[in-house]
Amino acid sequence: MTETVAGIDGIAPSNPPPRPAGDLTALTGRMTQICGPDNVITDPQELATYECDGLTSHRCSPGLVVLPESAQQVAEVVRACARARIPFIARGSGTGLSGGALPRTDGVLIVMSRMRRVLAIDPASRRAIVEPGVTNLAVSKAAEPYGLFYAPDPSSQQICSVGGNVAENSGGAHCLKHGFTVHHVTGLQIVTPQGELTWLGDGTGAAPGYDLVGTFIGSEGTLGIVTKIIVKLTPIPEAVTTLLAAFTTMGAGGAAVSAIIGAGILPGAIEMMDALAIEAAEAAVACRYPEGAGAVLIVELDGPAGDVERETAAVRELCTRAGAYEIRAADDAAERAAIWVGRKSAFAAVGRISTAYIVQDGVVPRTALPKVLDRIAELSAESGIRVANVFHAGDGNLHPLVLFDDGDTVMAAAAEKVSGAILDLCIEHGGSITGEHGVGVDKAKYLPRMFGADDLDTMQMVRCAFDPEWLCNPGKIFPTPRLCGEVPGVRRGPHPLVAAGLLDQF
Amino acid sequence: MTASSVPAQLTSACGGVRAAVKADAVGGTVPSYVAAPTSTREAGAVLRAAAGLGLAVVPRGGGTRLDWGTPPRRCDLVVETRLMDTVLEHAVGDLVVRVQAGVRLDGLAEVLGRAGQRLALDPPAGGGTVGGLIATGVAGPLRLRFGSPRDLLIGVTMVRADGTVARAGGKVVKNVAGYDIGKLLAGSYGTLGLITEATFRLHPRPPAAAYVSLACPDAEVAAAALLTAAGSALAPAAAELDWPGQDAPVSVSVLLEGDVEGVAERAARMCDLLAGEAFSRVLPGPRARGDPPQWWGRGAAATGDGTAVRIAFWAGQLTRVLRAIRAAGTQAGLDPVVGGSAAAGVLHAALPADAPATAVAQFVTGLRAALDDDLPASGAEASPGVQAAAGAPAGAGAEEAGRSATGPRGSVVVLHAPPAVREAVDLWGPVPGVALMRAIKEQFDPEHRMAPGRFAGGI
Repeated sequence: MTETVAGIDGIAPSNPPPRPAGDLTALTGRMTQICGPDNVITDPQELATYECDGLTSHRCSPGLVVLPESAQQVAEVVRACARARIPFIARGSGTGLSGGALPRTDGVLIVMSRMRRVLAIDPASRRAIVEPGVTNLAVSKAAEPYGLFYAPDPSSQQICSVGGNVAENSGGAHCLKHGFTVHHVTGLQIVTPQGELTWLGDGTGAAPGYDLVGTFIGSEGTLGIVTKIIVKLTPIPEAVTTLLAAFTTMGAGGAAVSAIIGAGILPGAIEMMDALAIEAAEAAVACRYPEGAGAVLIVELDGPAGDVERETAAVRELCTRAGAYEIRAADDAAERAAIWVGRKSAFAAVGRISTAYIVQDGVVPRTALPKVLDRIAELSAESGIRVANVFHAGDGNLHPLVLFDDGDTVMAAAAEKVSGAILDLCIEHGGSITGEHGVGVDKAKYLPRMFGADDLDTMQMVRCAFDPEWLCNPGKIFPTPRLCGEVPGVRRGPHPLVAAGLLDQF
Repeated sequence: MTASSVPAQLTSACGGVRAAVKADAVGGTVPSYVAAPTSTREAGAVLRAAAGLGLAVVPRGGGTRLDWGTPPRRCDLVVETRLMDTVLEHAVGDLVVRVQAGVRLDGLAEVLGRAGQRLALDPPAGGGTVGGLIATGVAGPLRLRFGSPRDLLIGVTMVRADGTVARAGGKVVKNVAGYDIGKLLAGSYGTLGLITEATFRLHPRPPAAAYVSLACPDAEVAAAALLTAAGSALAPAAAELDWPGQDAPVSVSVLLEGDVEGVAERAARMCDLLAGEAFSRVLPGPRARGDPPQWWGRGAAATGDGTAVRIAFWAGQLTRVLRAIRAAGTQAGLDPVVGGSAAAGVLHAALPADAPATAVAQFVTGLRAALDDDLPASGAEASPGVQAAAGAPAGAGAEEAGRSATGPRGSVVVLHAPPAVREAVDLWGPVPGVALMRAIKEQFDPEHRMAPGRFAGGI
């Protein structure tokens, strides 16, 4: 029984056309040979547990699920899929927010969670080699005895996998200063879409040839499946201070951020939440942020002790001058966690004040934030749709949480509209439709608003080099697939110079 | 060749086209024409015309690294970016700058400096352009803290071999929309297309800097000093090494940046750290200065027209790598000048132009062989509790935890060399993922007209 993939806007469900389920049944035996019977799932109820990742608005039961335990098994699984011309999709911890791991009914879902060993740590080189199923936080935990940590820290770091981080080029609150995944991964072993194991890069960050590591990171699982990751480890900063500053308005909070950046300070993190987000966080985790706050700013400074002390004083001063009516500083790890708990719970917390919500991930230049936030407030007022704002104030990465009532289809449609309008706003201001969550299925239809046809064509040329058969997580990112079958040198239509009247062709 | 022999297709595409002269030679091949477009649009027209004429194209910025890599098999047209030298947009409040590829790095530094900002990359000085910096992927001492050009590049505009203009990335630092073509172009030596515009993420320019330097009696002490500095919480921006000859002391210098008070504090602490017991053989002790040592940041430029070899490795291997370089040098009868961003896992070995080609070749192949051996001696260890966390059958894990688990661990690449040396040795060595690189080249330049043969894997 075939099923078209439901609920995906902008992705033609027939690209590539769904294959009859019979093909998958034939593959099941081979998969069982490769992974063992305990690691192959065919039961429909179990399959349904994988029907979505963190983007719960899009669901689709996979045709088959396999859980390989080694790179060799992953390679053989992919080779079997390639031979049978069956699409395959990799899944880490399933926390992604753009539907990158959304399965297909005609495809195999390759779940990487059994591969979760930290294989080696080389503290003198500040490197570690990990399997893709290792959680982000587990890397830092393993490095801690050596005075090192793994810098990219998505809010979901207790659960999200490093393999997933590689696919999405994940950032996190501390990426303003410390960078994102692409800055902290120096080598990858991958299984190519043809099922070959190969290394990209060599862990030095200076390997010869094209930067395939940098090309692969952020490609959202469309260029292959990563099986080993060489990460860079960073010395744990000597000192960290965390400040929470409360302002009566968003404008004041924004002015404080500008002042901090303008003073040449580069905090480890600057996060901002508006009144609605604070209300939600309070309801969820009782974070007890200052009462009456129109905006709170969380500023974290890290580095050598003396520097942090001076910067903390400077930030306090700048916040006060911008109108902060209360400033709290964390004196220890517990207080630090208490300041962060509200921010980290924000996404889940809005579930307390709304039955459903859309998380956006737009980016605007930081200096455009005040204008954009005002405009979002206008959109909210015009449509009657509430929007809670949580964002990485330092780099302009917004996470507007567009709230609506689950049962109300009119409201849902209006929320979708506001959501889209916010992304348009980001593009208008020279920003991006996604700062860290990825395009996946969620934002594919907006990609052509940010890039022209030639831009997307060029990107897809990379895809054609890795995956000409279009079997590796097909249907993600690009709304219109590019045919890979173009033969070099063969011209279609008149020679361009003939068309331009510059040449006669005989 | 007279001006009238330049094809009309080229002159109608671009105002600044001329016949080439001997000085325009690339790797010994004199092209027929040189074009200097003033804009991305014009560059697109030039490449489209070149495609129609079947010309092999080599991009040129400042020409400072045109002799890097293998000499291209063909070169008919040099496209130079010197007329695309505008700083298009410097968003001071956003710490972002967008420039045309022909902007010179020294000029850019001046513009950014006036606003108290910088592009945190410090390749050897010498008239290079932004486009060339990206295309060769060169980094300087700041590599330790800030990486190489690809780490600060957030947006790019390129012209493909067929003249199509394409953009990727954007003007904001956080951006994961679409593939990052900028990363692909970084270090691509002009073989995938012409870079015409680039957008970078900037940093505040630190008000103060201190260089903590010491002379070490041998490689082991120097390596220990550098790795201690790089692993410390004092956040050095750079940690460099200089070893001009086998009988010379090994100099080490660590850069600390920040505000005046902070730098003074950290410099004093760094001196204490490096003067500690482990380095008690070092006399005199470490000294802090406001200016860099005279050898600082020479990189591959140390040789002029000799041979420059770049060795990349896992930093924990530094002592072993230094010894291997000296051993390979001795075996070949050579005494290379060695130096670079040792704590970041990059060193250069430089040989003079008059070193015998066979000796240089022996040095390179000997070094490659020495570093290829003995991979597990990297000091890598399984973390405590790895076995417990595994949950995987012993068989699946055991075979992989061995050598194949770690893959290649470094490289020895000849960046530039005199013609006789180039004939005698493989400049690039083994390259992981080369099959995929060839596939990418086939997509971007199926006719192999962009600097053909210049790159790794014969690309």
